Amino acid sequence: MTTQAHKDESALLVFGCPEVPVQAAIGLYLAGRLAEDGYDVVTAGNPSVIGLLRVSDQKKHYIGKTVDLDRCIGEVSEKKRDAALCVVFAHNDAGISYAATMRYLLPEARLVVIVFGRNAEELAAGVEFPCEKVMEKAVHNPGKLKKGIDEVFGWRASTS
Amino acid sequence: MACIDELNPEVLLRGASFAECRALVEKRCREVYYVDPGYAIFDTHLIGVPPIAVGVEEDTFIILPYTKPCYGTFLIRVPGGEEVERLRRKGRRRP
Repeated sequence: MTTQAHKDESALLVFGCPEVPVQAAIGLYLAGRLAEDGYDVVTAGNPSVIGLLRVSDQKKHYIGKTVDLDRCIGEVSEKKRDAALCVVFAHNDAGISYAATMRYLLPEARLVVIVFGRNAEELAAGVEFPCEKVMEKAVHNPGKLKKGIDEVFGWRASTS
Repeated sequence: MACIDELNPEVLLRGASFAECRALVEKRCREVYYVDPGYAIFDTHLIGVPPIAVGVEEDTFIILPYTKPCYGTFLIRVPGGEEVERLRRKGRRRP
């Protein structure tokens, strides 16, 4: 499936705890690629995640708008924020809970859950709601995870 | 609206899965209500796999899952105040 956005479609990236290194690298990559595809990219995370991404992307080449995670959940719950595409990063049970929450709150959106980290297989088995999954036991090296993401988003041909 | 952190929550489970939280609420509370993700209570919106089980104890305390990205899910017990009656009105008695 390709990802070309219709005009001004929003892509919401929901980040988990930043303790697993690959998340920031993949997040920057994904934000940049989705923006190239025409999405209005919004990044949601806790203050540490937002800080890491902003410092890594000083000139804002990749990260667009940012929003505090709790505030984002509130706004989506109250129908003040919508998204055509939602990508959730999950490397722990909390991440899966956030993904399930976004599935419920954005029933029409394309939902992609990126499951990574040492417990990726076990966590992925707990994803029982409709979504597309990218699963890789990546912690430090983002290579295989990027490959899986490229396949899900139809970028494989252009990056191989 | 009260902030959960200021309610001096009693932590019943720490680093729990959503399934463990639901199971303990159902086991421990005679009065259980089911709500959907995003349900607003105190100063937060609940996170989790639907339906989310929320308990009422002794008519005045609420037991609910509280999820933070870095610390996982806590099952906490807090004074419910006006949220008890609101939960009784808005929650479902069956999953």
